[in-house]
Amino acid sequence: MVDSRSWDWETGEKKIAAIVNVDEGEFNVCVNGQAWGETVFDKIWHLRFSPDGRLTALVSEMGEWTMAVDGEAWENKFGYIWEPCFSADGTVIAAAVQQDMQYAMVLDGKPWEQMFANMTYFALSPDGRHTAGAVQVEDVDSGEIHKFQEGTFTAAMDGKAWDTRFVNVWNLAISQDGRHLAAEVRLNLYDYTIAVDGVPWESRYTTVWEPLFNPVTGTVVAPVREKGMWVLAENGKTLWDRRFVQIWHQMFSPDGSRLAAIVAPSYGRWTVAVDGEPWSATFTKLVTEAVFSSDGQRIAALAKDDETFRVVVDGNPWSDAWDMAWKPIFSPDGRNVAAKVEKTGRYTYSVNNRVWSTSCDAAWDPVFSPDGTLLLLRTVEAGNYVRRIVPVSDIIG
Amino acid sequence: MHSFYNFVSGPLAWIAFILFFGGSTYRIVRMLMLVNEKEKFIFTYMSWRYSLRSIFHWIIPFATVNWRRQPVLTVVTFAFHICLMATPIFLLSHVVLWDEAFSISWWTLPDAMADVMTVIVILGAVYFLVRRLTLPEVKFVTSGSDFVILAIVAAPFVTGFFAYHQWLSYPLIMCLHVLAGDIMLAAIPFTRLSHMLFSPFTRAYMGSEFGKVRHARDW
Amino acid sequence: MAEPLKKEKTKVVDEGIDVGISRLTEEKIESVINTVLETETGARLKIYVETCIHCGLCSEACHYYLSHDKDPHYSPVGKIKQTIWEMIKKRGRVSPEFIRRAAIIAQTECNMCKRCAQYCPFGIDIAYMLSVVRRIIHKLGVTPLYIQDTAHSHSVTMNQMWVKGDEWPDTLQWQEEEAQAEIPDLRIPLEKEGADIMYSVIAPEPKFQAQLIYQAAVIMHVAGVNWTMPASVGWDNSDMAMFTGDNEVMGRLKRAHFETAARLKVKKIVMGECGHAFRSVYDMGNRWLGWSMPPFTIVHAIEFYYDLIKDGRIKIAKKYKTVIEMHPNREHNYCCCAGGGVINTGPPFKMTRILGNRVKAEQLFETKTKGAEVLVAPCHNCHSGLHDIVHHYEIGLDIKFFGDIIYEVMEKPE
Repeated sequence: MVDSRSWDWETGEKKIAAIVNVDEGEFNVCVNGQAWGETVFDKIWHLRFSPDGRLTALVSEMGEWTMAVDGEAWENKFGYIWEPCFSADGTVIAAAVQQDMQYAMVLDGKPWEQMFANMTYFALSPDGRHTAGAVQVEDVDSGEIHKFQEGTFTAAMDGKAWDTRFVNVWNLAISQDGRHLAAEVRLNLYDYTIAVDGVPWESRYTTVWEPLFNPVTGTVVAPVREKGMWVLAENGKTLWDRRFVQIWHQMFSPDGSRLAAIVAPSYGRWTVAVDGEPWSATFTKLVTEAVFSSDGQRIAALAKDDETFRVVVDGNPWSDAWDMAWKPIFSPDGRNVAAKVEKTGRYTYSVNNRVWSTSCDAAWDPVFSPDGTLLLLRTVEAGNYVRRIVPVSDIIG
Repeated sequence: MHSFYNFVSGPLAWIAFILFFGGSTYRIVRMLMLVNEKEKFIFTYMSWRYSLRSIFHWIIPFATVNWRRQPVLTVVTFAFHICLMATPIFLLSHVVLWDEAFSISWWTLPDAMADVMTVIVILGAVYFLVRRLTLPEVKFVTSGSDFVILAIVAAPFVTGFFAYHQWLSYPLIMCLHVLAGDIMLAAIPFTRLSHMLFSPFTRAYMGSEFGKVRHARDW
Repeated sequence: MAEPLKKEKTKVVDEGIDVGISRLTEEKIESVINTVLETETGARLKIYVETCIHCGLCSEACHYYLSHDKDPHYSPVGKIKQTIWEMIKKRGRVSPEFIRRAAIIAQTECNMCKRCAQYCPFGIDIAYMLSVVRRIIHKLGVTPLYIQDTAHSHSVTMNQMWVKGDEWPDTLQWQEEEAQAEIPDLRIPLEKEGADIMYSVIAPEPKFQAQLIYQAAVIMHVAGVNWTMPASVGWDNSDMAMFTGDNEVMGRLKRAHFETAARLKVKKIVMGECGHAFRSVYDMGNRWLGWSMPPFTIVHAIEFYYDLIKDGRIKIAKKYKTVIEMHPNREHNYCCCAGGGVINTGPPFKMTRILGNRVKAEQLFETKTKGAEVLVAPCHNCHSGLHDIVHHYEIGLDIKFFGDIIYEVMEKPE
């Protein structure tokens, strides 16, 4: 995570950026009214601040694509670049690239040495040192269905592909120490399982969802489907006794001791289950953006009924319903929860089930101070960017 | 003959009624349990409004596109089914039996009318038989059991008609009539005559899916 | 009471079916059929089979039946008799040759249009029963080649046409540039988090008909819609896995679609002019995932256009043509015979579709004699299927999407 302790909590700079059209076919990025370096590009898209505050975009010059960071383009250029992602601390940027119809991952400008005929799913390790992808390693033409069914895909980490071949490889996960790679694999048209470092679990399932490494023990946990219901499995063995209509987005508490997932305990009802036990409150449309507090004791999520969202903390839905809500954020001590929310195009924040009195034209996610008593709120009000430090007590009363 | 009559109208009738009511309840409960066990999602989509909307359209002659496309069949099938249900329930000689046995009675049909209704059922059965034998799309999907269930339904009415008009040996015909009635009752839950039990459910489900989910008509 | 098919059919060669059949054993067939029946079906199939009174009243609902001079092999219940009844009656002990015929019936002689359910007095869902047959065919590995290849494309790329990760955003950027030649400030907003609407399409649009994305972008721009398109997987709403009985891949596709909408923080999903995709997103895929209704409101393009016009957000500059209804119409219209995955079984079955929908040709011809010049088909599969019919029967109608017409007649910035 970004270390917010180093921030100046008294005042602070503000940065607003936009892609601007300089001349016909010439684009630049404008940051606080200033141009983003000398270079103009033919095309710019996917302008994003990295978690450590650098401004990044995918840019094209003379028909070649690359990533530009704070106005500087990477030296290596590609046929195309897409799906950039940042390590948690923002220091590392990875993306998928295509060059001469060959595919690879690129990490801070350096592509894998080995390129592949196709690459579909991507992953960046938690520490940002490793990248992985689901890659095609056997040539198969469209229409060659039986050859395809023999297995033409595998997973690769840092450009090194597994020896095993699968019909399909999907969502990948890299272990905390960056040494192991897990993926959803399809062994034939009907049997699915999880493969870790190229070795499939012995158990076979009718299908599986994304694997996840326990950050401490390194075991792999994934939702698996059996007899029309979902269970959570760990290293190929059933983990939770309870069967669900759906299980996905499982997550470990930071110390790896607790495991939660978004589940449907019955058809059309959604909630969060913690260590196999679902919250009693359920929701009809969607439960999403679940998150553990850093001490692992609390969980917040967003729940949708009809057309509106609510923040739910430890199974208790907050009273206000919103047209949209963003991922809840815990204070470092886990005592307070804040979320950016929106109703009829006006943005504000909800903190511990209390709504901030100001509504804004735009807003960014709130940030808690290290001691959890202050909130950094960044908004746009009447056309002006406003950056406020608000005591949490001002909102929650 | 007398003792056989006592048997079919006594213990066998009891058995038939028990099989009919018990069997029907069993089949419906089993169906609901099976839905609950394997296709629970179905309950989510059931809607009284759209179920009834669909059922009403289909139990009214000419209220659906297909009823209008098949006018002869529509007239026959409605007449057949109405008479099939109403005649045995409201026949004077049946109500007398209920009155004698349990001292309960209700409104009854004039005999002449019941006679006509019996003929309608018999002619309806003949129509269905002819349809099965002659229409290629019906013949193609017809199996032996289709003739058997048609015979099961027709038999009580044919024998009843003979009995009322005292043709052939009355005691024999009466015995056969009661036996045929027993068989039909008992057969309803355990043959495709069970469409009597299940069609409201299948209709309601399709009505709900079309109406509530797809916002469309199912007729 | 079997009777031979009226016209002896030339045997179709389809590598998906033929190779699949060659690998089958009777034991495997028996085991797969019984496993699917026992573990994946319940009260619906059982009650449908036991309630059907074999009356044949569904027959005239089916365009295949009507188009084949009322050959009972093509009636809905006739297809059930030739497939699932037999499998149930024989407890799965059927021959590979039977499975070949069942595969052809279920995958190419039924469009899953459910018109027969509107004709059955009991509301028996015959298309559902044929979808169980498709599931069995899938589990036996006998699905026709072209649609199986499409299902493979879905499984790899999460789209229908093997469109690769880079090709998709590249195409959108290219269409944006093209459209900017007409309207300089037009954008196709990629990955715009917090937009009101995520616009999703089916893969033939970027692959073959990119101008449809262009037109949609113009409509969105003129109407002032706050919209976005994803640059990652999840942009394709189509679903041939649903039609091959590969429910697991169907679920995976729909999960990608809905989670992309959730990630982009949109309020609604508007989808392009496609029929089966709506079914997949609104009705089938969501259910397999456990959503009784989709997590996001799904708005089909025609509903969306209707709202835009009604609300005056797009204005019609000139009258297009007079509407001449075809008959039967609305929910009683005949299927295009391309839907339900049938057109996706490809060239080996092209004539199955065309000959199987002579009645559509007659209907169109009748409408043409009333003065119709253009046929509106708000669905890609309908579009292509009707094109084949119009061409084969020499009917002479232009076929257009609603989007084509609206783009042509709407007020656009000078």
